[in-house]
Amino acid sequence: MLIEPKWKRWVYFYIPLTVFVVGTLFPFYWMLITAIRPDAELYRSWRAASNTPFWTLQPTLEHFQDLMAKTTFPQWLWNTFFIAVASTAISLFCGLLAGYALARLRFPMAGTVGTSIFVTYLVPPTLLFIPLANIIRTFRLGDTPWALILTYPTFLIPFCTWLLMGYFKTIPKELEECARIDGATRFGAMLRIIFPIAVPGILSAGIFAFTLSWNEFIYALIFLSSPERKTVPVGVVSELIRGDIYFWGQLMAGALLGSIPVALVYSFFVEYYVAGLTGSVKG
Amino acid sequence: MKRPIAGGAGSAAGLEVVLPHPRTTRPQRLTRFLESERALAALLLAPTVLILSTFIAYPFIMGVWLSLSSTSVGNVGEFVGFKNFAKAWNDSIFRTAFGNTFYYTFWATIFKLTLGMWLALLLNRRFRGKRIVRASMLLPFIVPTVLSTFAWRWMFDPTFSVLNWLLYRADLITTKLPFLSDGVYGMWCAIVVNTWRGMPFFAITLLAGLQTINPDLHEAASLDGANGWQRFWHVTWPLLKPVTVVVVVFSVIQTFSDFQLIYVLTGGGPANSTHLLATYAYQVGVATGLLGEGAAISLFMLPVLFVVVWLQLRYLRRMEGA
Repeated sequence: MLIEPKWKRWVYFYIPLTVFVVGTLFPFYWMLITAIRPDAELYRSWRAASNTPFWTLQPTLEHFQDLMAKTTFPQWLWNTFFIAVASTAISLFCGLLAGYALARLRFPMAGTVGTSIFVTYLVPPTLLFIPLANIIRTFRLGDTPWALILTYPTFLIPFCTWLLMGYFKTIPKELEECARIDGATRFGAMLRIIFPIAVPGILSAGIFAFTLSWNEFIYALIFLSSPERKTVPVGVVSELIRGDIYFWGQLMAGALLGSIPVALVYSFFVEYYVAGLTGSVKG
Repeated sequence: MKRPIAGGAGSAAGLEVVLPHPRTTRPQRLTRFLESERALAALLLAPTVLILSTFIAYPFIMGVWLSLSSTSVGNVGEFVGFKNFAKAWNDSIFRTAFGNTFYYTFWATIFKLTLGMWLALLLNRRFRGKRIVRASMLLPFIVPTVLSTFAWRWMFDPTFSVLNWLLYRADLITTKLPFLSDGVYGMWCAIVVNTWRGMPFFAITLLAGLQTINPDLHEAASLDGANGWQRFWHVTWPLLKPVTVVVVVFSVIQTFSDFQLIYVLTGGGPANSTHLLATYAYQVGVATGLLGEGAAISLFMLPVLFVVVWLQLRYLRRMEGA
């Protein structure tokens, strides 16, 4: 479109972009290098002459082995996965039905219901964690995965509903009308015509909800107490620091392994994730 | 289960209307019930309304009650009016946390917006490896915040900080910087980490907005002699404003109510100088067990959230009306 001199492209484009890429990825590189560095090298004065902070000459898997063998990390991974999948499934189910109702059906108070779901979308978990802890205690759900499976939908359902409602609105009404003329019931048309078309939207909402619940921290911190019931973020914070001592090698190994599943899911579905992300803020 | 409705819904539909259909001649009661839009809507919304009212509306009411009572763990309190709010307001740690929350939100949002916009403009150009660069840019946003904040905490470590090492080697400093052992530095470290984590969200959503702008507009503007900055200010920005407003609202809410980043990075220290409202509410309400006071502290977030949500709703209405 516009022809620009080479130096300009360097100054305005390549250099800033490189700075962004390096700045964004450096902490991950640092995680990796810390996780494979032997302890003797890890705790060496920052002014030591022989210090080679950006690589290591004796890479070791010791920290990973310790993490797997001496802590309940594998169990945390499984807990996180189970809770994320279950709460995503519940939220998708509720979001699909509610999103369809709000996008397609005319009923009294439709506007009020839509607005209140939108408002709950904007309620941050940190506003309600203290009374919610009380309620969890009352329902005797404390220290069970159900405490999280039932509370994560509070921020996932509004998001799923919002996203899927937007998606349903883009599907032409005529498709449904045709099916109904063919004798399908309203419910049948929703189930067999609209939902299959909405699969990309459902996938976007699902991936996004999965990463959100994988990352959730404050509810998991408060509602779970036994070490073997914890999720990865809480387990890493509370179990890998003994007293005041940080085992940085293990911590970074845990951080890395705890990030990989969600990064993998993300890398397979980047486009869906981005669609979910941009859809989540669209009206 | 699989009846060929989907396939048959095309051109033949007009003919099939006249044919009697087994399902329509003898409708069952449930199907007839579900043909009513009201009934179906009620049924479809029921699970959502049930979960949201049990775990949002009910806790909210309970939170208001707790904040007006002297409840603590293992001790059913009594009504004390606004005592908890007054006590919090006269507490110097609370004042610091209150100020910090605004400071943190303000600066983090400014940085996220400017850097995110810049990154979006860079990513909007054509270059090799664009897809992989865009995908990797989102990593800070998808990786669990707690885990990546640990990496930052290690980078800010008082004894083994790699950042100190870098600055020292570059001859920019002669002694270590007290990254997390000083309140002011600590707050700025948190702002940096928050910016690092939240910027991709801005960049990717703004990029999506940029991609909807017709390139002809830019061409026309540059033919009229507009330079790069003028094109951004008079063409890109006005068209991008709706997306920007929504993204900023989301980010302000997230940042204002942030908990995990401070919890891991500084834990509110040193000497309670870097608390935010959420972390202080946690310290008082959960760690100390004063549920009433903790609930009151977290409810101090409500007026700000309320204003932001209200502005957002008004803005959405106006957009729909336009």
